[in-house]
Amino acid sequence: MSKHHVSATINGEAVEYLCETQQTLLDVLRDELGLTGSKEGCGSGDCGACSVMLNGRLVCSCLVLGVEAAGAEVATIEGVAQGNSLHPLQQQFLEDAALQCGICTPGFIVAAKALLERNSNPTETEIRYWLAGNLCRCTGYDKIIRAVMGAATNMRQEARHG
Amino acid sequence: MEAIKYVRPNSVDDAVRSLASANEPVRVLAGGTDLLVQLRAGNVRPGLVVDIKGIAELKQIQVTAAGCRIGAAVAGAELSERADVVAQWPGVVEAFQLIGSTQIQGRASLGGNLCNASPAADSVPALIAAGARCTIAGPAGRREAAVEDIVISPGKTSLAQGEFIVDFLLPARPAHSGDAYLRFIPRTEMDIAVVGAGVSLTLDANGRCTAARLALGAVAPRPLLVPAGATALVGTPVDNAALEKLAAAASAACTPIDDKRGTIEFRTRVAGVLARRAAVIALQRAKGN
Amino acid sequence: MGNEKQTFIKNPTFKWVGTRPVRPDGMDKVTGRAAFGADYQLPGMLVGEVVRSPHAHARIKSIDVSAARALAGVHAVVTAEDFPDLPSEIAAGGEAPINFRDVSHNVIARHKALYEGHAVAAVAATTAAIAAHAVALIKVNYEVLPHVIDVREAMRDNAPLLHDDLFTTGIDPQPTTPSNIAGRTQFVLGDIAQGFAEADIIVEREYTTQPVHQGYIEPHACAAAMGADGMATIWTSSQGHFMVREFCAKLLKVEIGQIRVIPAEIGGGFGGKTTVYLEPLAMALARQSGRPVKMVMTRSEVFRASGPTSGTHVWVKLGAKRNGTLTAGEMILKYQAGAYPGSPAMLGGMTGFAPYDLKHAKAVCYDVVSNRPKCAAYRAPGAPMAAFGVESALDEIAQQLGLDPLELRAMNAAKAGTRALYGPKFLEIGYAETLAAAKAHPHYSAPLGPNQGRGIASGFWFNIGGQSSAAVHVNEDGTAEVVTGNPDIGGSRASMAMMAAEVLGIDLAKVKPIIGDTAQIAYSFLTGGSRVTFATGMAVVEAAQDTVRQLRERAAKLWKVEFAEVEWRDGMAYCTRTTEEPRAPLSMAAIAHSCAKTGGPISGTASINASGAGPGFGTHLCDVEVDPETGAVKILRYTAIQDVGRAIHPSYVEGQLQGGAVQGIGWALNEEYIYDQQGRLLNPGFLDYRMPVASDLPMIDTVLVEVPNPGHPFGVRGVGEVPIVPPLAAVANAVSRAIGIRMTDLPLSPPRILATIDRAKRST
Repeated sequence: MSKHHVSATINGEAVEYLCETQQTLLDVLRDELGLTGSKEGCGSGDCGACSVMLNGRLVCSCLVLGVEAAGAEVATIEGVAQGNSLHPLQQQFLEDAALQCGICTPGFIVAAKALLERNSNPTETEIRYWLAGNLCRCTGYDKIIRAVMGAATNMRQEARHG
Repeated sequence: MEAIKYVRPNSVDDAVRSLASANEPVRVLAGGTDLLVQLRAGNVRPGLVVDIKGIAELKQIQVTAAGCRIGAAVAGAELSERADVVAQWPGVVEAFQLIGSTQIQGRASLGGNLCNASPAADSVPALIAAGARCTIAGPAGRREAAVEDIVISPGKTSLAQGEFIVDFLLPARPAHSGDAYLRFIPRTEMDIAVVGAGVSLTLDANGRCTAARLALGAVAPRPLLVPAGATALVGTPVDNAALEKLAAAASAACTPIDDKRGTIEFRTRVAGVLARRAAVIALQRAKGN
Repeated sequence: MGNEKQTFIKNPTFKWVGTRPVRPDGMDKVTGRAAFGADYQLPGMLVGEVVRSPHAHARIKSIDVSAARALAGVHAVVTAEDFPDLPSEIAAGGEAPINFRDVSHNVIARHKALYEGHAVAAVAATTAAIAAHAVALIKVNYEVLPHVIDVREAMRDNAPLLHDDLFTTGIDPQPTTPSNIAGRTQFVLGDIAQGFAEADIIVEREYTTQPVHQGYIEPHACAAAMGADGMATIWTSSQGHFMVREFCAKLLKVEIGQIRVIPAEIGGGFGGKTTVYLEPLAMALARQSGRPVKMVMTRSEVFRASGPTSGTHVWVKLGAKRNGTLTAGEMILKYQAGAYPGSPAMLGGMTGFAPYDLKHAKAVCYDVVSNRPKCAAYRAPGAPMAAFGVESALDEIAQQLGLDPLELRAMNAAKAGTRALYGPKFLEIGYAETLAAAKAHPHYSAPLGPNQGRGIASGFWFNIGGQSSAAVHVNEDGTAEVVTGNPDIGGSRASMAMMAAEVLGIDLAKVKPIIGDTAQIAYSFLTGGSRVTFATGMAVVEAAQDTVRQLRERAAKLWKVEFAEVEWRDGMAYCTRTTEEPRAPLSMAAIAHSCAKTGGPISGTASINASGAGPGFGTHLCDVEVDPETGAVKILRYTAIQDVGRAIHPSYVEGQLQGGAVQGIGWALNEEYIYDQQGRLLNPGFLDYRMPVASDLPMIDTVLVEVPNPGHPFGVRGVGEVPIVPPLAAVANAVSRAIGIRMTDLPLSPPRILATIDRAKRST
């Protein structure tokens, strides 16, 4: 048997899949599980379009083997919205026109969410460095950075009033 | 084509056995941020991958009177979250943090950064400056080595067949010690170092330098310990004259190449600049503790 | 209809135009649901892979595919033999003439591989691993030939020759010996000898730029399937699915009607997806195997085999009087085309001097082939490199004459009635307005610190119109679909829906914009040339006006009144007949609901060839700080000012300015192709190609100047391309002023800047 049988939790659901050693977690998500929201822009960890959370850490899923996710908790862009209710970051990306073509957007949202979960009030510089591994060729980053700052503000207010 | 096998041992002994018993090309997998890129590009085609992240010892961080012991598979993001380590070895931590993006930090390890054997690895000059030693496990048991003795040339280490790194020890330093690492890259993030410089130094009560280590990256076939750097600083109050000597020593130690990332002229010149700037930061830190 | 067009321009109280609603496709894109080129999966789908030349220049003596074919799981192998051998003939293309023989040879090499990465064969197999194995089993027997990479070396007499049938065009008489110079074009206005004789000062310099890739984050990707009836369906992310259909039909010699192309979402293009690479291969593999085939480039393939724009060598000579009045300008432009003719040298020659009222000007443009991937369009093709030269020379004139660089430009700015070097006289244009806005911006008067410099530069782009189609379908409940045929590359669904809602007078939420495939909407030229909001927008306006006309007719029928007695306001029909009982207004929903009684479904259409695209001008301000010990450049502040005609959705217009500016910053500072001695690309990845990352940049401030284009119902000018024209010179001027030395070669990488500073120190 040349394939590994892997059990993992993806977006809160127990999932099983078969994969070969050289298949990356990104390959598994996209080709075996149909979760195509994570994108492959480079396959070498240089663009961040495949960003996912692996056991609570932000990683490039193109730099993780599918077999390494055995027993792991994986969170992808598909799990960011609760049903049809968008995450404040997703909402702010829409309000601020923080996407043009949209190919990098899932990676940016996953990465920015990871930032706001550990720092609810990041500075512009902190956001820029945290997101330096996410390439965007359309926007010049301006509106993305503003959307992250805006979402952070909204989430802090929500937390105060909620 | 044969399928690539994958094992995830949970003890050092099991890992040694897996590595020793393999009769095909084998690769150790820690963070995978170099290995997966090489796999994808077809540059390596191992028959077996040994994932060492299941070994508890390799994921530990311990601060004791002897110093700080960091498991070889600890990820950058994990180390950055240890305030005690950041306070004592800011230079090592900041060098480790410079490796790649936030996403890379979630995976990349000190052991991998060293064993990938790139002359430009960011953490290695900082580890060398800090006087770090590593524990190596292999078929003949465990041994210790200074970090500067591991990398031989680009892509080649002094590790014997079946050996891998278990952990790193940053030896405890006297009061009034500080370290710093700076690198030059064309952008602000996401590049491989064109030049890297790590400095660690200790002052006496009068502010005179009693010990110093300078290490450089990306200016020679392997990361360099530059003894002349120490000579330039020891016995001085790390004043401008000493810093200029340090810069000159750094530039003089360079034997770089022209490549897609920088020129010989640039690397030689900037090595001196960064050594001086890193020493100034290390000095400030030493004065502050 | 013509008069109705003008009413919008004159009536600036819009309900939707100029507002910032959430884009209609936004939900899918922030949740990961939007399907891009690589996201399609069909039953039985095979994986296609390409065999690429490892040599920069080699004769293909033979290709042995037998071992690959014999491998279990391999279902198809194609080489150039599987494609028709097309004759060389120039066909009228969209933005530039196209030689389909060259396109064919670029898609799959015939006889010769002309650059490292050139496709020579393709395979389809059941898994990626088997396809990769099959690629390794294909034995290509190459005879390696001498190669040439650099544009000036390629122009030398003894340079290695890429094509033995390439004779320079544009020289009379045409040469009889082949060369790498594909063509020479020149533009002349007035008499430059006289112009330079009138000058008090002359600045003359050579400038070089490196080829740069469009850098879209989504690699080329497509899927193709052949039906049993011989009908092909292609799913692809491109800048024009009608272009893909036409090119595939030509390259595979089938009728256009035999191919249906379904547009995927496109993950960036910037001009780079205005041609085909994988689609004809996927179609040929699908035809041979009888199964669907998916092909996705790796990032390395994208760099080695697609794009980029030309590396250039531009010589500029500018003359001015002591008061700053320009007297003459001359340019010689040498642009790398890559492996086949077709660089945008001519566009550089046409655009470089366009912002200025020059009575005497001349541009000579050379299109030169070399052993690099065939260049593709990149945002304002050809213009940034020419502007780099001209705007740098202007900065030197300003310095030498002690003039404010904005004043110097304002004094010489083209305006309505100015004749451009490339021929036409401008109508209403807003260049002077951008200069005034720059002068008034707080950025321009902010103080600078040590090692800092401020650069000013302007830029011009034509913008185009062309063929577009639109349909507005009114649904039974009064909602409507707006169908167009242009891939939405940066938010155009939003502007299409907004313009339709504006004309229909209904709530934007009731309008659903759809990108129709090639079988669902009539022909539309590709998304490029900054034409979609202008030309396809005009088609949408006309289709919506057609719909309003039909709605009025239906209301007239229901009311049994004359058409002229029905007015359309705010999405309702009003009866103006006053001689009878007043009739309650009818909503679009009410009219649609009873459409069966009045003649059937209501659907407005328009298929047009739009003319009257308004040229665009921009002026950028850039502040930098240079580290004198390392040569590192930090962008401190950046402001992009542009005449946008009228911004339909200002956020997405700002986004175009910001994105274009940052691409230009990357071009100026770090991006380049690095080749080894064998002509192999050393940096085919994002790690060493070095596009700007978030931490490299400040916010990019924008000022939208609105001088409406009289050729569009809402006054729209194309906006996407102008913003990449000024930044090369804006950054270089800033760096030159910061270090006190003129920088003329890009990229302004740290080693280059440090070496320049050190050399200057040594010589003083």
